Amino acid sequence: MKKSKFASLFLASSLLVGMLAGCGAGEEGSGSKGGDEIKIGVNLELSGPVASYGSSQNDGFNLAVEEINAAGGIDGKQIKLVTVDNKSDAAESTSAAIKLTSQDKVAAIIGPATSGNSVAQVQIANDSKTPMITPSGTSPTVTVADNGSVNEYAFRTSFIDPFQGTVAANFAANELKVKTAAVYADNASDYAKGLAASFIKDFEAAGGKIVQQESYVAKDTDFRSTLTRIKGANPEFIFIPGYYEEVGLIVKQARELGITVPLMGADGWDSPTIVDLAGAEALNNTFVINHYSAEDPDGKAKEFADKFNDKYGKAPNSFNALGYDTVYLLKDAIERAGSTDGTKIKDALKATDNLDLVTGLYSVDENHHPVKSATILEFVDGKQVFNTKVNP
Amino acid sequence: MEWIQQLINGISLGSIYALIALGYTMVYGIIKLINFAHGDVFMVGSFIGFYSITVFGLGFFPALIISMVACALFGVIIERIAYKRLRNATRIAALITAIGVSLLIEYGVIYIRGAQPEAYPNIFSNKTFSILGAQISIQSVLILSVSVVLMILLQFIVHKTKTGKAMRAVSHDVEAAKLMGINVDNTISATFAIGSALAGAAGVIFGVYYTKIDPLMGVIPGLKAFVAAVLGGIGIIPGAMVGGLVLGVVETIVSALGFSLWRDAAAFIILILILIFRPSGIFGKNTREKV
Repeated sequence: MKKSKFASLFLASSLLVGMLAGCGAGEEGSGSKGGDEIKIGVNLELSGPVASYGSSQNDGFNLAVEEINAAGGIDGKQIKLVTVDNKSDAAESTSAAIKLTSQDKVAAIIGPATSGNSVAQVQIANDSKTPMITPSGTSPTVTVADNGSVNEYAFRTSFIDPFQGTVAANFAANELKVKTAAVYADNASDYAKGLAASFIKDFEAAGGKIVQQESYVAKDTDFRSTLTRIKGANPEFIFIPGYYEEVGLIVKQARELGITVPLMGADGWDSPTIVDLAGAEALNNTFVINHYSAEDPDGKAKEFADKFNDKYGKAPNSFNALGYDTVYLLKDAIERAGSTDGTKIKDALKATDNLDLVTGLYSVDENHHPVKSATILEFVDGKQVFNTKVNP
Repeated sequence: MEWIQQLINGISLGSIYALIALGYTMVYGIIKLINFAHGDVFMVGSFIGFYSITVFGLGFFPALIISMVACALFGVIIERIAYKRLRNATRIAALITAIGVSLLIEYGVIYIRGAQPEAYPNIFSNKTFSILGAQISIQSVLILSVSVVLMILLQFIVHKTKTGKAMRAVSHDVEAAKLMGINVDNTISATFAIGSALAGAAGVIFGVYYTKIDPLMGVIPGLKAFVAAVLGGIGIIPGAMVGGLVLGVVETIVSALGFSLWRDAAAFIILILILIFRPSGIFGKNTREKV
């Protein structure tokens, strides 16, 4: 309680300082909004523990901005990115947002990459009426506050965590056409529990039956007894939301026990280590959900992969794609708003409907949660191969 | 069918607990010290096996033997440096030292190589065969046989060799053993060496069977093995084997009944019940406690 009071006092005073500073530079500030360029703030993790996420997205941002500017900008105005490194730290993220909104007077902020750092920016965005879009903040709390009210100025490009459960349920019921499923979830993580709950709800709604529901705790190493129990219930499909460290062992032990049915997980599986842990052979016939695949044959996705490869000399990952899409999402909103006024951009973002992006068709629901396509990848001999795209 | 499978799961898990528990029980039997660093010797053994296989390209058996030898030396060094000078100190001082040694090993390994987990290479084929409807992998057969062979070997050392006789004598009465001309220091070192070698073997077996190893992997198996040792009667060698197997099977049954989240709790509930109702363990004789 004390802490939050202190924090809000700190924020209020820094905002005030920012506003005063803004007054002095009033001439310049209005120039950025009315002139021939649009300033967009970038608040990213460019150093620190999750710097790989931030720098991947920064590559995506730069590619998109380069393209848009080469094609004449937004309504004839060039985009100018103002980049601040938040050092993968929530407090730094807050001060970066204060700098961008009060000093640089940006029209909108893109970033940060992680949910925690995005939440640290939300209050500033709301107070200064500056729309923000996080490319990959997947926690629902970025756009919906704890008390259930929507953070008006916060948006995201990626789907939210529980949505992946829905995708898995649709994939199992419609593509794999299975009737029974088991769920084996990490009981220590909200992420896994959220995915399991939405999977169960939607799988049952699609006419499927959950025959067994089991839990494990992160750091376990022996899953054989529970897997034997699951095997006894004879499910046609097993959904395992969790992180790769345990999932790798679960997949290996499941196959050893003679469980041959398809296994499926979400983006928590996305690490090369999973192949070392489970072994390439055991991973066959397993599926994962991700935001994007460089092998997606869809025209737009392929075009992006080629352009990215030309500029950076490597295949793009999902963070690159989400970063790239974030810029186009914002461009679309600014064009429709016909202005760089924060409130108008916010309203336009809210009205985004079936926008065609690299990571799929994109719409926004009333909680600012995207309704969009998800990519399903299949492990084939240890490599993730594009399987299909599931539209909402 | 499912139950046969579960029994096999339980025995495999239990034999790893048993191998670690043997080290606890031997050390306790001889110097009345609960060597909390034992779980970390197990971890070090696992890493030595891992590097022998991946860096030097050795097979399972050479890696197992290298790991056992290295852990035996490691155990003796720990004893000489940390515990020897505390032999006449209070039991609590030695116990706290053991916890300190445990933390030193854990974080020493993290300092040297980082905390990230490592995946054991697949050195056996994943082939399984079924008996009575239960799937048994070649790995688990091998692991069980290695554990059984090591336990038989241990029984042989303790009961048929001079060192074993000396160990039993020291554990019975240190002063009397000294008067009979037994070199107590060397006997204690031998006990540490044998116990640590078994932990090293358990480490390699654990790696092969469970794939994932990391610097803090010894904590929970170490505690479980301690429970197993107490369950069988601490200080009694056959007790540790039986205690380990019983604990493994009980944990498996708890999960098999659908209470997988209660599995760890079950182990410690057993510890509490044993301490209340039969503190000397399954194989223990009720002796007068010196207070």
